[in-house]
Amino acid sequence: MDTPLLAIGRAPLALEPLVQAVTARSRAGSDGAVVSFLGLARNHNAGRRVEYLEYEAYEPLALRAFARIADETRARWPSAALALHHRIGRVDVGDASVAIAASSPHRADAYAACRYAIERVKQIAPIWKREYFEGGDMWIEGATADPDDERARTAAERIACA
Amino acid sequence: MRVTVRLFARLREIAGAGELTRDMPPGATIGTVWRQLAAEFPALAPYERSISSAVNLDYARMDQALADGDEIAFLPPVSGG
Repeated sequence: MDTPLLAIGRAPLALEPLVQAVTARSRAGSDGAVVSFLGLARNHNAGRRVEYLEYEAYEPLALRAFARIADETRARWPSAALALHHRIGRVDVGDASVAIAASSPHRADAYAACRYAIERVKQIAPIWKREYFEGGDMWIEGATADPDDERARTAAERIACA
Repeated sequence: MRVTVRLFARLREIAGAGELTRDMPPGATIGTVWRQLAAEFPALAPYERSISSAVNLDYARMDQALADGDEIAFLPPVSGG
């Protein structure tokens, strides 16, 4: 079965299917680089000993946000292809919560597209993590999601190209 | 008109439900729905400045007018990744 480029689900994440998905394109053979990223549940955060995380998403809107991120990536790096999967439900320490792969004829664009995608996920994807730590638990609240905030988008692009 | 309201993460917990239906007067906006919910669940009120909202799976501004059957979502600051 073909791996979708964009997905949200409860199953553990692996990079290899995403790498396959971004390189098995009609122009197969033209890519010179794949850059991949795995975001892992870390055992500490802000001085707390983290035991596990729980992710929740507004799934249909999150998939739309992923499609927007893919569109933005294509507009900025036309030769790059992007795959982006996010896990929901319980994610144990050491397991991946997000997996990204970006391919391109040249490594600079693949690196930039991959970095841009994770920065944008953190800005605009309607996904939330709840941290279960030693002694309690709490929702983590990061950015107010506003896909039309051009200043935030530009900041993500600047980080991607640094 | 009747609308569906979706709430997520901490907002869902404050309201005790991830999905509510509410009858709204003609001319109601997303902001009207939010203010009614914040009156019903006062712990929501502090989120007014940090939430995002969406209507029928499109991000939308608080002054957007609503129609019968709309699905409105209120999203606390996101923390994916």
